Amino acid sequence: MAKYLMLKHYRGAPAARNDVMMDRWTPEEVTAHIQYMNDFADRLRESGEFVGENALSPEGLWVQYDGEGKPPVTDGPFAETKDLIAGWMIIDVDTPQRAIELAGELSAAPGKDGEPIHEWLEVRPLYGEPSLIED
Amino acid sequence: MPSTGADEPRLRRLTPEVLTVLVRRGADFAAAEDAVQDALLEAWRSWGTEPPRDPKGWLVTVAWRRYLDATRSEIARRRREDLVDAEPEAGPAAGTDDTLHLYFLCAHPALTPSSAVALTLRAVGGLTTRQIADAYLVPEATMAQRISRAKRTVSEVRMDRPGDVARVLRTLYLVFNEGYSGDVDLAAEAIRLTRQLAAAIDDPEVSGLLALMLLHHARRPARTAADGTLVPLAEQDRSRWDTGAIAEGVAILQLALSRDRLGEFQAQAAIAALHADAPSTGETDWVQVVEWYDELVALTDSPVVRLNRAVAVGEADGPRAGLAALADLDPSLPRFQAVAAHLHERDGDLARAATLYVEAAARASSTAERDHLTKQAARLT
Repeated sequence: MAKYLMLKHYRGAPAARNDVMMDRWTPEEVTAHIQYMNDFADRLRESGEFVGENALSPEGLWVQYDGEGKPPVTDGPFAETKDLIAGWMIIDVDTPQRAIELAGELSAAPGKDGEPIHEWLEVRPLYGEPSLIED
Repeated sequence: MPSTGADEPRLRRLTPEVLTVLVRRGADFAAAEDAVQDALLEAWRSWGTEPPRDPKGWLVTVAWRRYLDATRSEIARRRREDLVDAEPEAGPAAGTDDTLHLYFLCAHPALTPSSAVALTLRAVGGLTTRQIADAYLVPEATMAQRISRAKRTVSEVRMDRPGDVARVLRTLYLVFNEGYSGDVDLAAEAIRLTRQLAAAIDDPEVSGLLALMLLHHARRPARTAADGTLVPLAEQDRSRWDTGAIAEGVAILQLALSRDRLGEFQAQAAIAALHADAPSTGETDWVQVVEWYDELVALTDSPVVRLNRAVAVGEADGPRAGLAALADLDPSLPRFQAVAAHLHERDGDLARAATLYVEAAARASSTAERDHLTKQAARLT
């Protein structure tokens, strides 16, 4: 059993096959996309593999410590070139193969013309606990 | 966990017995298991400082009532009335065989490892869904689904056929090895469940697993430094090992080995016992450790075992021999770089060792392991 983070990107991932920005979809296409995402999460809840998810606003700032007694420095909005994460989902699965299978399913979410987006998702293992049996 | 005076471990020990009483009265496993869980929660709520004189009878009565309530439907009514007519009363005490069948059911081959673990902890261990969810850091709803799916999967399985002990042991091993996160001490729970299993079945491998758990559990106080960092075996303060657990583990292992039916858990426990016996890494009987690894390789042919064997060979016959033992193994194995780094360091090739420690840190599967390996690399550069 291990947990994996799946990351969706607004920018910074390799180009999707059906690479049309959401603001150029029809309202029905947007609805279908959201429905697919919700159904996907529901299936994982039902299978007992769901841990958490959230979509992220593209808005945000860089923040940095600026020394004792000074307020943090901020910089923003983000430059157009920044790799930008759109959302995350954490799953808890029995095998790495299962994590890949699920990411593949999520990448098939419909976009423009109701066709799968084929977007690239980032899949990252989370650190777990060190095992107790060590020799 | 509701904090009442109810003695939680004692209550949980009764779980499999109460469950088997319900199943023998004709309740289906999934519904009976839900009813027992309800009864346990009710006990925690209402017992306070004064538990009833007959806790098991109380639990059976409440669980049975819950079961009947839950199955109240048009279709179930006739069946329920038949069951009521059959008169529940105390019934014969659930024997060890019943408990054993529960273990088999919860580790059924149709279940994935994570489902088997969850179902075992609930139906045999008597933990609540919330406790199990906390221990595995998933939402309670997710764990509830995992458990109810597992119950559906095994619902058609009859409980009167012997199951696969190896699968039960594998499941308990997973519970133990996961360690301890959240409020529930999973390692201690795994020991309790393995002990209970050892009482129900005569099998040297069950004893082997119990010994293995006790011997590793004994090191636990020395395994983490005050700041929470991981202390590897070679650097542990062995005076902090739990000598009581070691003595018990060794005694159980000796008895198991005398049966002359060796299996992988006995062999693993034998290795742990050799470590437990040694005042330091330098004084460990590494030649015997290697011999036990040879037994393990013969039993399992697992690449992970071969990797650990290379470490022991390095100690017994020097780092060059260890590196030679490593040569045939696949570098994509977990911890391969960590082992290679250690052997190269002992062989005096510090630059190579440092590079390998960095690679090993990047491949670690826990932050504790990553931090330890990063410090090893930093020490050499």
